[in-house]
Amino acid sequence: MLDLPRQQGWIGRDIERVEDSALLTGRGRYLDDLGVKPGTLHMAILRSPHAHADILSVDTSAAMALPGVAAVLTGEDVKKLTTSLVVGVKAPVECWPVAVDRVRYVGEPVALVVAKDRYVAEDALDLVEVRYDTRAAIVDPVAALEDDAPLLHDGFPRNLASERHFTYGTPDKVFAEAEHCISISVRYPRNSCTPMETYGLIAEYDPGEDAYDVLANFQGPFSIHAVISRALKVPGNRLRLRTPPDSGGSFGIKQGIFPYIVLGAVAARVAGRPVKWVEDRLEHLMASVSATNRATTIRAAVTADGRITALDYDQVEDCGAHLRAPEPATLYRMHGNLTGAYDIPHLKVRNRVVVTNKCPTGLNRGFGGPQVYFALERLMQRIAVELHLDPLEVIRRNLIPADAFPYRTAPGALLDSGDYAATLDKGVAKGGLAELLARRDAARAEGRLYGIGFAAVVEPSVSNMGYIATVLTPAERRKAGPKNGAQATATIAIDPVGSVSVHVSSVPQGQGHRTVLSQVVADVFGLTPAEIRVNTEMDTAKDAWSIASGNYASRFAAAVAGAARIAADRMAKRLARIAAAQLNVPADEVEFSGGKLHARGNPANAVSFSRAAALSHWSPGQLPEDTGPTIRETAFWTPPELTAADDEDHINSSLCHGFIFDYCGIEIDRTTGEIHIDRYVTAHDCGTILHPGMVDGQIRGGFTHALGAALLEEYAYGPDGSFLTGTFADYLVPTATEVPDPIIVHTETPSPFTPLGAKGVGEGNCMSTPACLANAVADALDVSDITLPLVPSTITAFFHEEEAPAPANIAAAKAATAPKSAGAKGEKLMRGEGKAQVNASPQAIWDMLLDPKTLESIIPGAHGVEKVSDTHFRADVTLGIGPVKGRYRAEVTLSDLDPPKAVTLGGKVEGNLGFGGGAGRILLVPNEKGGTDLQYTYEAFVGGKVASIGGRLLDGASKVIIGQFFAALARKAGGGSGPSVGLFARIMAFFSRKSSGGDAA
Amino acid sequence: MKPAKFDFVRADTLDEALGVLANEGTDARIIAGGMSFMAMLNMRLARPKVLVDIMRLKGLARIDIGKDVTVSAGIRQAQLLAHPELPRVLPLVSKGLPFTGHVQTRARGTVCGSIAHADPSAELPLCLIALKGQVHLRTARKTRKVPAEEFFTGMMATAKADDEMIEAISFPAAKGEGTAFSEIARRHGDFAIVACAAVATEKSIRFAVGGVADVPTARDFPLLEGSALDDALNTLAWELDARDDVHASARYRRELVRRIGRSTIEEALRCRA
Repeated sequence: MLDLPRQQGWIGRDIERVEDSALLTGRGRYLDDLGVKPGTLHMAILRSPHAHADILSVDTSAAMALPGVAAVLTGEDVKKLTTSLVVGVKAPVECWPVAVDRVRYVGEPVALVVAKDRYVAEDALDLVEVRYDTRAAIVDPVAALEDDAPLLHDGFPRNLASERHFTYGTPDKVFAEAEHCISISVRYPRNSCTPMETYGLIAEYDPGEDAYDVLANFQGPFSIHAVISRALKVPGNRLRLRTPPDSGGSFGIKQGIFPYIVLGAVAARVAGRPVKWVEDRLEHLMASVSATNRATTIRAAVTADGRITALDYDQVEDCGAHLRAPEPATLYRMHGNLTGAYDIPHLKVRNRVVVTNKCPTGLNRGFGGPQVYFALERLMQRIAVELHLDPLEVIRRNLIPADAFPYRTAPGALLDSGDYAATLDKGVAKGGLAELLARRDAARAEGRLYGIGFAAVVEPSVSNMGYIATVLTPAERRKAGPKNGAQATATIAIDPVGSVSVHVSSVPQGQGHRTVLSQVVADVFGLTPAEIRVNTEMDTAKDAWSIASGNYASRFAAAVAGAARIAADRMAKRLARIAAAQLNVPADEVEFSGGKLHARGNPANAVSFSRAAALSHWSPGQLPEDTGPTIRETAFWTPPELTAADDEDHINSSLCHGFIFDYCGIEIDRTTGEIHIDRYVTAHDCGTILHPGMVDGQIRGGFTHALGAALLEEYAYGPDGSFLTGTFADYLVPTATEVPDPIIVHTETPSPFTPLGAKGVGEGNCMSTPACLANAVADALDVSDITLPLVPSTITAFFHEEEAPAPANIAAAKAATAPKSAGAKGEKLMRGEGKAQVNASPQAIWDMLLDPKTLESIIPGAHGVEKVSDTHFRADVTLGIGPVKGRYRAEVTLSDLDPPKAVTLGGKVEGNLGFGGGAGRILLVPNEKGGTDLQYTYEAFVGGKVASIGGRLLDGASKVIIGQFFAALARKAGGGSGPSVGLFARIMAFFSRKSSGGDAA
Repeated sequence: MKPAKFDFVRADTLDEALGVLANEGTDARIIAGGMSFMAMLNMRLARPKVLVDIMRLKGLARIDIGKDVTVSAGIRQAQLLAHPELPRVLPLVSKGLPFTGHVQTRARGTVCGSIAHADPSAELPLCLIALKGQVHLRTARKTRKVPAEEFFTGMMATAKADDEMIEAISFPAAKGEGTAFSEIARRHGDFAIVACAAVATEKSIRFAVGGVADVPTARDFPLLEGSALDDALNTLAWELDARDDVHASARYRRELVRRIGRSTIEEALRCRA
């Protein structure tokens, strides 16, 4: 769809990506492809199955004794060699990369094993014995603020890590006088961009120099380097952090590897050998990092014709169990952009940052944008509905006018450039909105559910390092010292044969930085991109870098490519002087083209680029006076516009601002609730386009991620904090089949603030598309309460008529077995009942139930039942159901004894596949055949690994396993009939059995 | 995500494979395509002492078409799907099998492996029950055939004993029945939220549902129409004891049984010979 005029030179052309030949032929050099030193050990991590529990004890002796194991580290061991990770707010709270005393989310590291290979390391994990005392968990950020909510950290009263109020202009007055006041409350869910390559690192410690050397697929920002070295208690120059040549995607997520860098480094130090760790997918989904989920209530003061005069945000940000650096940055990254693409002079904000028993959050594509725009753009749609206006007209009337740029938003962002109305008009025309509107009319006339949604967003890029300080009060900021700007670095080097190398510290994750830099530098030197070699590997011991280095905030095109241009320009200036001396022309008349430096207007008067460029190596004495060497030039660039927050909390949170206008037509299937995207149009202005193909790829990639966030993806947690989407069978990402081809429309308004006029483009659709699709669904269904992801099951609830009732007999049976409530700690209880006939008297069965020997024989795989008291038994159990086997500690209690008629059998189990608990009431009723009818009802829960990876199977499997227990009892008691049992069922039965513990109270 | 230690036996003869099962019992597992089982191994859900690979057994690489269609344990899902006779002899399977996983997993996953795994949302068990097929089990000493409806006993639980392996499954070949298959999942290839199979003759309808109860469940109806069909489907929808999970509510599943069930049955009735 790109229809822009082609520019001179290489910039703006779709040249082939230099990265691709290696990637497409399997020659990528990702972390796990790189060799390791002989003797390198492998780390595996034992993780918490509980969302919230005290660690009573960790016994590592059996794991240590396993041949091949070099070291086992607990939280206490790590604590001895490190300091707590910094926490982004002022509070008496610690943040360790491994649990110390308490676990606060499912997947939190509890112990590390270092062994000769990963297999042995994982074998040893099974041998680490951890005893937990579970606590109630809290997963909802709003409920976490209630007085009686379970507390995660003593230093965060009411789980509140930070609360700030902001006022810009006179919003209260404007609201009081407003013609209309329209509001909406929304929840943005937890999700992630799930890169194909997971975290990986190789860490080494040199005791002679007390220095760490870590190779990790960390993406930056390198401000985190200071966080890591501080945690490791070494100065920065004793933490050498390097990155591999290739990275299999990141989208922000690989910033979150840094706690694991600390763990790997400490493990290498303790083991005395290099240590390698590659995160597996189960670990990644459960415990790498996720975007924040957020609850927002947003209110607008609106005139009768739809002009917004003030906005009021109340945001509750959920950062999970720990506030890890750089959080709460997700909340503040967008602070200057809270008014979106609109000219809204008055703004009021209440920001609360909350901790809950979920995975800690961090960088993720869109970083705060999806959360803000889901609220703001849903509000725009509501304004149109409530005022009976065309939603497009409401957007249009509020857009920042083209002549207002650079435009200062109420909270302080300086929007660099744009013509929002023109981009919108172009999108409307080229995307065929009129046709979609006609299709909607036609579909609705047939009774079909068709909707059109819009979204207009400003996409910030090149973040101001100082925006995060907005979480501090002005007084706290003054104390903390200055932090602002957005430094980019680039180095150009010329070797003795005059060939050009470029190095940047942008740590690409697959985007194609090397290709674009070759274009930028080739244009300056009059060379071809193929003649420029670009290296983007990063080594903090040798390269030019700053805390702003790395791959984040869509900073490459605007900042890093610009810095390379500056470095190349400086070098070119010197080369021109060298050539000028040889060509006998003034330096400003030397031109670079075709591999030559020649006199303007006289191409024959030329010297080859390589000859001029290499002079500095071969004959430095011949360099013209005042011309520095041309061997190496490093440019540091920081834009002056990125000032620190002022005392009124104005913050220019980012340097550049692209604009996106999206709309779509969708149809909802009346039977299934499935959403079919009829057409999706996305109109972009990202300033100067450096490489159209890559811009196109970024837009499609962002759109695909956003489609996932809107329709499929959610890191789901149970009310007890159990993690429910531990595999890609439950955390659903869009595949090629699910992604329609969007219509992409471009306009180009160069940024006046960046060297190349470019702006970021990679994150915008993550911000616009979820809101756009939600608005289309709201339009199709004429409803306001839209929750992401737009799951068909939830969508149908809006229009499926009342359900046909169950036949009476089924209704009665269901009522009897419906769980009465959640468990004591919020667990989702499964309830069931069953019957078995036993050829023995109630007394005989009674005696068996109280006999450890009998229990041993009916608890599958029990190795010796220990009688703690007459009614309390303890057993070590290996549960084997067909292929599924796990080792568990089981505690079985008998209570409410009514011999020989009834007893409550309770249990708790904990093992390497998870944990469970529950209680079953057993009734022994004599039957006419002289035997006993054994009737039971139970309530049970299961958590941990099995709940994360097999959630959809748990209920059914538990049913089978519990049935199996009673079948075994019946057999033991002299035959009879019980339910039959299968493999997995038995496994789960095992859980349920153990789970007959005390929770049903 | 590395499996615990196990021994691997690549059986050259059926006797060798069955001998391992006889000796090791519950500690041995057959591996065929491994599309479900490898994940269970790597997640350490399964910890067999011995894995017995049966994919080298030539005698098991057969599809026999006669009065019955017999698919041996070595046949991969893609092989069955590509069989030119499949649409004629097993039209229901040819409609349902494309919903099983993806091209990549069908290229390795076996037909009998899916039956042995007994996932309640799987298409092949659903088709086997809908068509009243049989499971051919074999130990070192004896063979037996178990009707599909008796084979699946619970969530991933079957009537197969520890020393038995599935040698083949068989379906009665089509005789002009009308068949239809529908499936709703979050994405194509995902575990079914609801899968429906219908087989219609001149006298009756056999209707089976997967993805809802612990096992695929079939009902035989007379030729019902209108509200009588609605009532029958409503009763079935409630009987299946649907549950909530992260992908769908119980109510949604019941609703799909009623709605998709009806359209599937109507389609089967329409396409009778």
